[in-house]
Amino acid sequence: MRRWLLPALLILALLGLWQLACSLGVIADALSLEDFLVPSPSEIATSLWENRSLLAENAWVTLREILFGIAAAFVVGVGFAVFMHRWQVLRDAAYPLVVASQTIPIVVISPILVVWFGYGLTAKVVIVALICFFPITVNALDGLRSVDPESVKMMRSLGASRWQCFWRAEAPAALPSLFTGVKIAVVVAPIGAVFAEWSGSSSGLGHLIQSDTAYYLVDRQFATVFVLSALALILIGIVALVERRVVTWR
Amino acid sequence: MRQDTRVKLEIAGVGHSYGDLRTLDSLTLAGEAHEVIGLVGPSGCGKSTLLELVCGLLEPSEGTIAVEGDSGPEERLRRCAFMPQRDLLLPWYSAIDNAALALRNQGTKRAEARIAAAALFDRFGLAGFEAARPTELSGGMRQRVAFLRTLIAGKPVLALDEPFASLDAITRAEMQEWLAAALRTDPRTTILVTHDVEEALYLCDRVAVMSARPGRIVAELTAPHPRAPDRDGAVTDAGFVAVREQAMHALREGSR
Repeated sequence: MRRWLLPALLILALLGLWQLACSLGVIADALSLEDFLVPSPSEIATSLWENRSLLAENAWVTLREILFGIAAAFVVGVGFAVFMHRWQVLRDAAYPLVVASQTIPIVVISPILVVWFGYGLTAKVVIVALICFFPITVNALDGLRSVDPESVKMMRSLGASRWQCFWRAEAPAALPSLFTGVKIAVVVAPIGAVFAEWSGSSSGLGHLIQSDTAYYLVDRQFATVFVLSALALILIGIVALVERRVVTWR
Repeated sequence: MRQDTRVKLEIAGVGHSYGDLRTLDSLTLAGEAHEVIGLVGPSGCGKSTLLELVCGLLEPSEGTIAVEGDSGPEERLRRCAFMPQRDLLLPWYSAIDNAALALRNQGTKRAEARIAAAALFDRFGLAGFEAARPTELSGGMRQRVAFLRTLIAGKPVLALDEPFASLDAITRAEMQEWLAAALRTDPRTTILVTHDVEEALYLCDRVAVMSARPGRIVAELTAPHPRAPDRDGAVTDAGFVAVREQAMHALREGSR
């Protein structure tokens, strides 16, 4: 109860403060802006309701980019981690590269990727996958490396094949760490999707925010930010729920 | 009854090094069928390494180790069941699934493996805890499940690495009695590594005392009352105390 009540009260208080500041025009005055450029929470809520079908349409576009991107990063990242764990040589060779890949800001290469893959879904999926690949791979690998070598010996002595040892002793031990990676991926994926849409697209929440700038539709921009953030929160919630169902021993 | 008369275990002139670190030196030891051999020695003398060598988890740098006449690592791996120092129960499996791991690895269906393991749960005082997760079990129970897991593998040779080291004194004495009873009903050729001389002399037929690293065998002693039902009587008996002193003396000499 307390866990939910306290943050809820804080949010309500902040929203109330914001609403009050807007009705008094404090923020707009301080920034020397027209009032309509600083929408109040109630105006944003109105915009959210009035634009619900437009927002839903674009949210669906962005959600698809995020989900496909995370799925691609998951398959490639976990595959990479398993291979790097299995073959030391591969890890020594590829690990610095995986880390280095993360030093390239996604903003910089997303225009290039749009040139290569076009304005469609593919470029967005590739960009989201690139940004999610690192946390998933590194956490999966760390999880596999944290496996107690003694339990591997124990499994071998109990007649386990390499494969049985992997599925029964190593993979479950790596799961909590893998979930951490997926949670980070879920948080950064919307950022990737928005950048991807800014680099060239005709729909999606990122695209909507960008095109609304030209018309000073600040209330709708706030509404879009709200939807994007809600999307990410729901995804984190789903991952946390799955984690609780799967990792039952913690 | 061919197997019972055969030498089960033969360690001949075995040496081992981890890089520059010499762990074992020209070590020779033999064990007969159903004999329980104790290995005691100072910390770091290579006792655990020797167990891993016997079980085919490591290869000796020199010498040979033969289990039932075969010295190949795969044969040793197949014939020895290794019980590591910590229980290493897998927290994602229930107690019974942990105990049945070896059967599952052999390809037995989960339901059948559970039925096979459940029979032993009753016998070892674990009935009712089949579905419990390892974290819900006491230290002694965890160790019993780990021992069951080793036993169910059905291998002729058991290699136990300080199985009771992590337990408190009372639980430890209880577990020694329990293991003695388990080996009385289901005799197996066993190597037991421990740093507790009394434990070794109570549980084993013969105790080999090892020197400090690089480990060699400096004394072999015969236990007077191996696995006697009355543990307290056995370990306080004059004969037992005399052999224990001999072992302690050898241990001190070997540690120099």
